[in-house]
Amino acid sequence: MADLTVTVVSADEQVWSGQANMVVARTAVGEIGLLAGHQPLLGVLAAGEVRITASDGGRIVVNAEDGFVSMENDTVTIAARSASLVR
Amino acid sequence: MPAQLRAYRARIRSAQTTKKITRAMELIAASRIAKAQQRVAASLPYARAVTRAVSAVATYSNVQHVLTTERENPTRAAIVVVTSDRGLAGAFNSNALKKSEELGELLRREGKEVVSYLVGRKAVGYYRFRRRDFIREWVGDTDTPSVETAREIAEAVVEKFVQPTDEGGVDEIHIVYNRFVSMLTQTPEMLRLLPLEVVEGVEEPEPGKALPLYEFEPDSGEVLDAMLPIYIESRIYQALLESAASKHAATQRAMKSASDNADKLIREYTRLANNARQQEITQQISEIVGGADALAGTRTT
Repeated sequence: MADLTVTVVSADEQVWSGQANMVVARTAVGEIGLLAGHQPLLGVLAAGEVRITASDGGRIVVNAEDGFVSMENDTVTIAARSASLVR
Repeated sequence: MPAQLRAYRARIRSAQTTKKITRAMELIAASRIAKAQQRVAASLPYARAVTRAVSAVATYSNVQHVLTTERENPTRAAIVVVTSDRGLAGAFNSNALKKSEELGELLRREGKEVVSYLVGRKAVGYYRFRRRDFIREWVGDTDTPSVETAREIAEAVVEKFVQPTDEGGVDEIHIVYNRFVSMLTQTPEMLRLLPLEVVEGVEEPEPGKALPLYEFEPDSGEVLDAMLPIYIESRIYQALLESAASKHAATQRAMKSASDNADKLIREYTRLANNARQQEITQQISEIVGGADALAGTRTT
């Protein structure tokens, strides 16, 4: 399966970037899971966790607040005013 | 002429101490530029992401939004002027202020009333001295601007922007700051923040290729609502960071030329002092020789 290129940025730094199989983010209307091939999307993030399943099997959890998630051509960008790596 | 020699020596000493200070400031500024540049670089991915996303909503949806639509009869415009807290940076602050004056003049000629938001003690001092009004000031952290400051500024201007004009709101928001081009060049720049002109980063769709159909969560209007303040904030933050980096670069250059000038002064005064010393010695010798001659003359007679 194709991979997603994921970047997580906060206002003053890049928090994480890499290849992933799946991204689960919490938007204003509920959780959304993104896999490769998803249609272009732009959503407002609600405060909460963003879970990323990396291609190497690792699981990354990021706390993000006040931002948005965008997806285009299998590239996922999560930009939040404040974001921090939980693990 | 020992008095003159003493005066020269005093000048040399004073130039030397001044040089020590300017040299230290130059080194401090040089070390801070690197840090400031790193911060600019670190904030770039976010700015890029925000710009791309805003362009996407603006391009792929026909949503009409207060923040993107041009007002019909703009009567009031706000200018955010970004300067530094400290001087000793060459023409850095006066460049920004001059640019803001130009912009103000231009806007007034278009029939708009101009209100100001000031960042940095230098801008505040400039306005206070001329007894001019401004709405709000932010001072104290221009050297290492924080996201919080940018957020405050963004909130203040966006709030003013959504207010109706007859209640004191503004129709346009401009920002003036020093852009960091390179270590040697920093140019004052003005930018219209609102209403938005989203042009950057929009990729022209290739002919024959369908536009990607964007899905918006919850819907495009609300996405824009949430997105635009973030966009404004990121632009302001970017401007603050660039201004900080420019300030350090300008300080470094100003202090370097001050140190060089001090060097030149020291060299000149050293020459003059040597001259004075030689003269003094010559005079003393001729006095002694003259005295000895006179004494020798008295003895033979």
